[in-house]
Amino acid sequence: MASRDDIKFLSNPNIGSRAKKYCRFKKFGIKHIDYKDSDFLIQFINEQGKVLPRRITGNSLKYQKRVAIAVKRARHLAFLPYVTDLLK
Amino acid sequence: MRQYEVTFIVDPVLSGDEIKSTAKTYQDMIVKEGGQIVHVDELGLKQLAYSINKRSSGIYFVIEWSITDGTIIPKLELALRRDERIMRFLTVKLDKYGVKYNDDKRKGLIGKVVKAKEKEEKKEASRKSAKPAATKPAAEAKPAPAPVPVAEPAPAPTISSKSEEE
Repeated sequence: MASRDDIKFLSNPNIGSRAKKYCRFKKFGIKHIDYKDSDFLIQFINEQGKVLPRRITGNSLKYQKRVAIAVKRARHLAFLPYVTDLLK
Repeated sequence: MRQYEVTFIVDPVLSGDEIKSTAKTYQDMIVKEGGQIVHVDELGLKQLAYSINKRSSGIYFVIEWSITDGTIIPKLELALRRDERIMRFLTVKLDKYGVKYNDDKRKGLIGKVVKAKEKEEKKEASRKSAKPAATKPAAEAKPAPAPVPVAEPAPAPTISSKSEEE
């Protein structure tokens, strides 16, 4: 019991560490956001139809702005609702 | 050359021929103004996210065209605005990435690519959940030997106390 190599930590060191957020547009090289693709845009809005902040989506500023524009265009063309409840 | 894209919603109450002729008028208008039609996409009857003019569905059309300048846009938009058959419209100038995206979409690359990417994402996610277990201990293994002796005595008292309780 003096020294065991397999016991290094009392508690699991991975607990509490979250996966780092990343900008999916940069990571996968998506250059264009289509306002007609409501299934894609739905990932960036909450269940009231509001645009999710960057701190949650992890988007870079450049692409967050483009997402916001795409969502606004989609709303105008009734691909997405302006206000709603229980979307998703 | 500039590439534009106009999306509009046609009233679904109209008959099939009327709907097609509506789309055709704007195609003809673009051609008359010197534009080249790149693609006409009929997205078909879709449910609207909210009602427009007391209609809950509409027929979507997307016309993509290339032209040398933007003088057509005000004329086209005025015509669309005056047209009672059109419920909504949106004209967008496409940048080079937009042009490429639409090209790829027509070739059927986008849908698959997106799916492949989703798979990649899932793989990445599963790898990430697996990686910390594999890499982090390896990285922390070097400083680890020092904490080991510190960590070791801790479990011992708990065991001994347990044994005492028993």
